[in-house]
Amino acid sequence: MEIQKELNGNALTIKVIGRLDAASAPELSKELTSALDGVTDLTFDFAELKYIASAGLRVLLVAQKRMNKQGSMKLVHVSEAVMEVLDMTGFANLMTIA
Amino acid sequence: MKKITVDATVDNLQQIIDFATEQLEERDCPMKVVMQMELVIEEIFVNISSYAYHPEIGPATFCVEFEENPPAVLMTFIDGGKPYNPLEKSDPDTTLDIDERDVGGLGIFLVKKNVDEISYRFDDGKNILNMKKFL
Repeated sequence: MEIQKELNGNALTIKVIGRLDAASAPELSKELTSALDGVTDLTFDFAELKYIASAGLRVLLVAQKRMNKQGSMKLVHVSEAVMEVLDMTGFANLMTIA
Repeated sequence: MKKITVDATVDNLQQIIDFATEQLEERDCPMKVVMQMELVIEEIFVNISSYAYHPEIGPATFCVEFEENPPAVLMTFIDGGKPYNPLEKSDPDTTLDIDERDVGGLGIFLVKKNVDEISYRFDDGKNILNMKKFL
């Protein structure tokens, strides 16, 4: 997994590339802990995210809960495979997917 | 039947996934099925890695075989850790709103959603989880 961040004022876009699995999710989780300070508008760009497992969903849920307190969060360019997992778990209803 | 045994640690997740993917691709399984099986394997293997032998490390065996008429893939996980039936875990309520959603229970729920048959038994000191997916 590779993480690319782009910060514009209070808007942060995080591009997650590759696989968000049990091996890589802790890295994203750690990254978010500090990266979200002061952010009011968070976008996850999943254009190049090929795979997500429950460990990745947990990170998204924690991020969504945090952003509900300090701003908003959305997922963009979600692939069919990732969307299927979001649908199956009801996460698609909890998050803004553009 | 083909099988692989590794220490159940998250570091070995990719090794199990690669082994399974190779078998599935040899059978020309659709990409979608390969992806779903990757997810199933990850969730079970990570569970074993996290809980079965905790705080020790122990082995997990993964077996894969194919059936004809109707075509199906059979996958089995075996570990010698604490007796644990993952099927007894209740499914998360996927209709709850965000504040009520818990992060637990998602893994095994995804497994159940992506296979057609699943059964657990504890036999001879081992946890044995059998899964079947029609192709």
